[in-house]
Amino acid sequence: MRIIVPMKQVPDMRQVKFDTEKGKVDRSSAAAEINPFDLHALETAVQLKEKLGAAVTAISMGPRRAEVALRDALARGADSAVLLEDSKFAGADTLATSYTLACAIRKLGGFDLIICGEKTVDGDTGQVGPELAEHLNIPHLAYVSKLVEAGEKLVAVCDMEGEAHIVEASLPVLLMVTKDINIPRLPTFRDKAMARKAEVTIWNAEELSSFADPSRFGIEGSPTRVRKVFLPSEEGRKGKIFRNTNEEAISDVAQAILDFLG
Amino acid sequence: MKDYAGVMVFAEQREGRIHPVTYELLGKGREIADKLGRPLSSVLLGDQLEAEARELVYHGADRVFWYDHPVLKDPDLVNYKHNIVRLVREVNPEIFLLGATRWGRSLGARIAAALGTGLTADCTGLEVDEDGSLIQIRPAFSGNVLAQIKTSTKPQMATVRYKVMSSLPRDTHRNGEIIRKQAELIPSPLTITGKERAAEADIAEAEVIVSGGAGLKRAGDFSLLAELAELLGGTVGSSRLPVDSGWIGREHQVGFSGHTVKPKVYIACGISGSPQHLAGMRESGCIIAINSDPSAPIFKIADYGIVGDLYEVVPKLIKNIKRLKRCNS
Repeated sequence: MRIIVPMKQVPDMRQVKFDTEKGKVDRSSAAAEINPFDLHALETAVQLKEKLGAAVTAISMGPRRAEVALRDALARGADSAVLLEDSKFAGADTLATSYTLACAIRKLGGFDLIICGEKTVDGDTGQVGPELAEHLNIPHLAYVSKLVEAGEKLVAVCDMEGEAHIVEASLPVLLMVTKDINIPRLPTFRDKAMARKAEVTIWNAEELSSFADPSRFGIEGSPTRVRKVFLPSEEGRKGKIFRNTNEEAISDVAQAILDFLG
Repeated sequence: MKDYAGVMVFAEQREGRIHPVTYELLGKGREIADKLGRPLSSVLLGDQLEAEARELVYHGADRVFWYDHPVLKDPDLVNYKHNIVRLVREVNPEIFLLGATRWGRSLGARIAAALGTGLTADCTGLEVDEDGSLIQIRPAFSGNVLAQIKTSTKPQMATVRYKVMSSLPRDTHRNGEIIRKQAELIPSPLTITGKERAAEADIAEAEVIVSGGAGLKRAGDFSLLAELAELLGGTVGSSRLPVDSGWIGREHQVGFSGHTVKPKVYIACGISGSPQHLAGMRESGCIIAINSDPSAPIFKIADYGIVGDLYEVVPKLIKNIKRLKRCNS
């Protein structure tokens, strides 16, 4: 079985700072890590490899420093890693990103499963997975919280808000898994040391050219544009803070709650 | 230039019932369509949902494209996508909206990629520019920032968060056309073989949520919060820590990695207010924060805050609410 796991390097959301004035996200303010949701996708792939035998390829599009995230993926059980790196890929929205990943996956040859996380912590869209499946013309299962069966046939539980669907699919298929599917393992010291020496394949736009229309890469291939970024305003909140817990304060708050509920 | 035919809203249905986010989208879609001077249409796929198609008219649609077939009863990804893509190519709407439910996001992304158009996820605001293009506002970076996004391709597609837009009052005198469409069906490689209802009430639907966080000392203390929640007809929520400690089920988790909620009243007890938690409850109607640390970030977004120990404040709050309820009855 061949499994591909697309992943993204993201800033650590516990540290990242936001520049209110310029409306910018200061990516240098925080260490980069693998998008936490993608770790669940990788863990799903590695568990299938242990159970059924599989070759797991981690793939990422990003700057050269994203190689670190791919080495981390190798330490956590991926067999090979591919980084798509080119200034022509920069500024991509979900459509261009999923297109570029699709071209690279075509170049890699056949696959049985693509497993991705439900979203990234920086973009929050959850669109790249289904868009990738569409470009590759394969079905996808969204919000998979459990794999019941994964052999010739695949049976998965998809969490659809208050309702779970049990879905059967044939391969190849793309799975978008949720955090509930597993607890990602930590790499051992030995795995980390080995991953440092492992090879990460790097492809640029030129190397994808026989599988792609380069005008669909990066900012040129991206129909959506962020015009500005701003901080959510908390205007309109009363902001009445009581610094003691006397009866009067509590009574005021109790009254406010009941007033609000009508 | 192609002639674009207004705004189109995907009518999401579950078990034959229209998801309320659809009516909210029709409310917003009506406003945008009127501004553009264009029609508002909706597309409904399902099994015997003619009455529901009429409901879409009562809630603002000028035209409803209605597909009726037993295969469309369930959310069949392949056939839904195939037929909606064909319809969009035929009707040519300039704006196409879906609810940012899990089904809407999953289906919307496939439709957008098939059409080669831009899709903006989980919008909380939609406006129309002077030149008639759609301005899409959405939270990013786990809800820490808002981004304003424009799309250069048509249709401009967006998924829109549930409980943010307002629906129009149902008006049975509204006129609209129901256009019956023939579904083109293709064999689906996906089969839904079973469904399970979640046993728990969906926290996203609750009107009052009383949440606990790191300030709780032990698992059993959620009963204190449950007492307050019950008194107000609400339910119990949690920040991430108690969930990770196994004190309460993940279905109660509010925040970026849990549920996004928008109750009338949100009471945060012993929750400091990490950006990840705030991302999930920021849009609540009235936010009450109880925390012993006066510098806790939760106070910055609270309508009312009490600096104090939740073990002292919550029982007092319960007592006061009971007293006030007695006075009022």
